[in-house]
Amino acid sequence: MSEQSIIISILAAAVTAGTPILYAALGELLTERAGILNLGVEGIMLVGAVSGFIAAVATGSCWWGLLAAMAAGGAVAFIHGVLTITLRANQTVSGLALTLFGTGLSGYLGKSYIGMPVPQAFKATTLGPLSDIPYIGPILFRHDVLVYASYLLVPAMAFFIYRTRPGLILRAIGENPAAADALGFKVFSLRHLYVIAGGMLCGVGGAYLSLAYAPSWLENMTAGRGWIAVALVVFALWDPWRALIGSYLFGGVDALGFNLQVLGVTVPTFFLSMMPYLFTILVLTLLMAKSGGRVVPPGALGLPYDREDR
Amino acid sequence: MLKPIITMRGMYKRFPGVLANDNIDMDIYPGEIHALLGENGSGKSTLMCVLSGLYKPDGGTICVEGEEKRFRSPRDAIACGIGMVHQHFKLVEPFSVAENIAMSGQHGSFMLSTEKMTADIAELGDKYGLAIKPEASVWQLSVGEKQRVEIVRMLYHGSRVLILDEPTAVLTPQEAAEMFKTLRKMAADGCAIVFITHKLNEVYELADRVTVLRGGRVTGVLGRNELDTKKLVWMMVGRDVVSQYERGVMPEGRPVLEVQKAVAFNDMGMYGLKDLSLTINEGEIFGIAGVAGNGQRELAEVITGLRRVADGTIRLYDEDVTNSRPADMIARGVSYVPEDRLGVGLVPELSVLENLLLKSYQQPEFSGRWLLDSKAIKERAAKLVKEYKVKVSSLDQPVKMLSGGHLQRLLLAREIAEKPKLMVVVYPARGLDVGATEAVHRLLLDLKAEKTAVLLISEDLDEIMKLADRVGVLYNGRLVGEFPVEEADIERIGLLMAGSGTEGGEADAYQI
Repeated sequence: MSEQSIIISILAAAVTAGTPILYAALGELLTERAGILNLGVEGIMLVGAVSGFIAAVATGSCWWGLLAAMAAGGAVAFIHGVLTITLRANQTVSGLALTLFGTGLSGYLGKSYIGMPVPQAFKATTLGPLSDIPYIGPILFRHDVLVYASYLLVPAMAFFIYRTRPGLILRAIGENPAAADALGFKVFSLRHLYVIAGGMLCGVGGAYLSLAYAPSWLENMTAGRGWIAVALVVFALWDPWRALIGSYLFGGVDALGFNLQVLGVTVPTFFLSMMPYLFTILVLTLLMAKSGGRVVPPGALGLPYDREDR
Repeated sequence: MLKPIITMRGMYKRFPGVLANDNIDMDIYPGEIHALLGENGSGKSTLMCVLSGLYKPDGGTICVEGEEKRFRSPRDAIACGIGMVHQHFKLVEPFSVAENIAMSGQHGSFMLSTEKMTADIAELGDKYGLAIKPEASVWQLSVGEKQRVEIVRMLYHGSRVLILDEPTAVLTPQEAAEMFKTLRKMAADGCAIVFITHKLNEVYELADRVTVLRGGRVTGVLGRNELDTKKLVWMMVGRDVVSQYERGVMPEGRPVLEVQKAVAFNDMGMYGLKDLSLTINEGEIFGIAGVAGNGQRELAEVITGLRRVADGTIRLYDEDVTNSRPADMIARGVSYVPEDRLGVGLVPELSVLENLLLKSYQQPEFSGRWLLDSKAIKERAAKLVKEYKVKVSSLDQPVKMLSGGHLQRLLLAREIAEKPKLMVVVYPARGLDVGATEAVHRLLLDLKAEKTAVLLISEDLDEIMKLADRVGVLYNGRLVGEFPVEEADIERIGLLMAGSGTEGGEADAYQI
C-alpha cells in the first residue's frame, strides 16, 4: 500500500468511526438546546444498538432495525423527559440512572444475540460521479447510506437552529422558558418533543454501531462513545458543525490506532484504545481555550421549569 | 360615543385560598391611558394576566370589539391585539433584540428574515421615540432599554391594547418621563394603554381614566377631571391614610452613632464616601436624602460593618467601632434593613422560621451547647409573626413566597426584635403600597419612641419629611447639607440632591 492510499483509508475510516458519535452528539445537542441535560446517551445508544440488531434479525431488514432503534431511543429518552420535565427531577441523577438502566437492559435483551450474524447490514454504496472525485470521493462518498444522511443532517440542524422560527423557539425554551411561556409557547410539550427527538438520534447512533460499523451485537459495544458525545456537545459549544468536527476527530484517532496495529507498530492496545478519547478531549479543550475559553451553555440547561416558581 | 375595545364583565379568578378577582367589570377604550390602581395583592396584575391570556379566568367574559373571546394562551391574546409588558421582563437575554421580537410572531414564516425585521423595528422605534438597536444583544441593554424592547415587541405584533405592569418601578425618573411621552404618543395613535400602578402621582400625571381595585373588587372608576386624592386613597385603602404622622418630640438624647470624616471606596474602587461626618442621637430619626448611587449603600455598609472605611472613625456610644466585623456590630445593637431584602436581608429559600432565627440562633435561650431549642424558636417566631402581622401560610413557608410588604414586615420584625440601639434602614418603603408603607413607618416611629437612633436612607423626600427629625443630603459621597426638619425646604433639598448649591461639587468630580 502506498502512503497516500493509507492516509485516504484512515480518513475514510475516520468518517465511519465518527458517525455513531456524530448522531449521538446531534441528539444530545438538540436535547440540551431545549434546556434538558441528558446524561443517559450511553444507555440510550446501547438500547438503540440492541433493539436495532434484534429487529434486523427478526425482520431480516436493516431498515426495520433502524426504525426500531429510533423508537427504542425515543422511548428511553421519554422516560428521562417524564422524570425531568413533568416531575422536575434532578436531570443529572435521572440521566445517570438512565445510562445504568440502558446498559443493563441492553445486556439482558441481547444475551442470546451475541455472536449472531446480521442478515442485512448497511453496506457502503457509491454515489456515482461523486465517489470518483480524487481523494474526496474515496474519503467521503464510498460509505453507507447512514453516513450520507448525517452529511445532510448537520447542515439541516444548523439551519433549523439558527435560521428558522421553530429553531428560535427551541433556543428560547432552553435559554429562558418563562419568556417562551409568557408568549404562549408550550414549553413542556416542546421540551418533551426535543428530548424524544434527541433520544431517537442517539438510538440511530447506537444502531449504526450494531448494523453498519461492526454488524454484530456485543455487550457494552458503545464503549463510552455516548459519554464522548455528551462531552463533545459542550466542547462544540452546542453547534452542529463543531460537533461534526469533533466526531471525525475522534473517528480519525480511532482509525489511526487501528491502522498502526495493522502496520505492526507495537504500542499496547489499551493505550491505543485510550487515545481517541484523550485526544478528542484535549484538542477540543485547546480549541475552546483559543476561542476565549468562554463556554456559555443554554441559560436554563439542567434547570427544571416550574411556571409558579418565583 | 366611542365604543370600548375591551369589555370585561364579571371576571372571577381564584387562587388556592384567595379570591384574586371577584366579579370585576372593566371597559377599555381606544386612545385612552387607563390606570389600574390598587394596593399590592388587590388583584390588578391577576386581572391583566387574565386579559393577556396568561391565566385562565374562573368566570366572566372578555369581549374584544364586541366579540366574545376565549384566550387559551398569550398567543391568542396577542392575536387579538392585546399585549402585556410584565414587571419581570420576558426576554431571552442572549438573543438579539430582533430575535426576541421575532419570537412572538403570530403568522411568522418558517424562516427568519432578520433584514426586514431590523428595518421594521427601527421604523417603529422612530415613530414612537423608542430608540433601540435591533442587532444588540438583550443582556447588554439597560433596564429601561429592555422595557422598550418589550413595548416595541408588542407594537410590532400589532398590539392595540398595551398593558404595562408597574412600568416605572425599575426606571429612573428621566427614563420614566421618556416612557410617559411614548405612551401618550401611542394613545394619540389610537392605542389603548392600561398601566398598573400603586402610585397616585403617576395616575395624576398620565391617566385619562382610572379604575381602582381593592381586595379583588372594583371600588371606583374615575375620569381625569374627577380625580381627587382623598377619594382615590379611600377607594384604594378603604380608610384614610394620614399624610402627616404625629411626631413625638423627644428630649435630646445621648449621641448613639458618630461618624467622623469617613472615607470609603465603592465596589468599582472609586470614592464612595468622602469625609463624611454625622451624629445621630437617641430617639432621633436622621433622614438621608439623595439620588441613589451617591454613597447610600456605602454609608449603610460602613456603619453595619459590611464595608471597611479607608479613613475616619465610627463610634458607637463613645466606643471606637471602626471596621468592626458585622457580628460585632450586631452584638452592639446595630440592626440593618438593607435595600435588597431578598438578596441581603433574608434567605429566599429558607423558611419564615429560619429567617427569623438567623440573627439570634447563638443566643442561649434558643441554643444549648450543641442543639437548637426548636420549641423556644418556634414560640418566638409565632409571636413575632403575630405581633408584626406578617401574613404567612405557615412558619415553614419559604420567604420567597411572601409579598413585598410582608417581606419587609418580616425583616423589620427580626431586626426590631433585637431591641436595637441603632437601626439602619435603606429605602424601607420601596415597592410597598400605601397601607404597607404606613405600617412600616409606624414601626420606625415606635422604635424612635423607644429611644433607638434611626438612620433612614431614602429616595422618597416625602417619606423623609414625614419621619425624620433631621435631614441630611448625600451627594457624591459627601453630606452636603444638614438641617432640622422644620427648617428643611423641599426645593432646597432638591437642588442639593442635584449637586448645585455646594461649593466644590463640580471640582470633586474631577478629583476622583
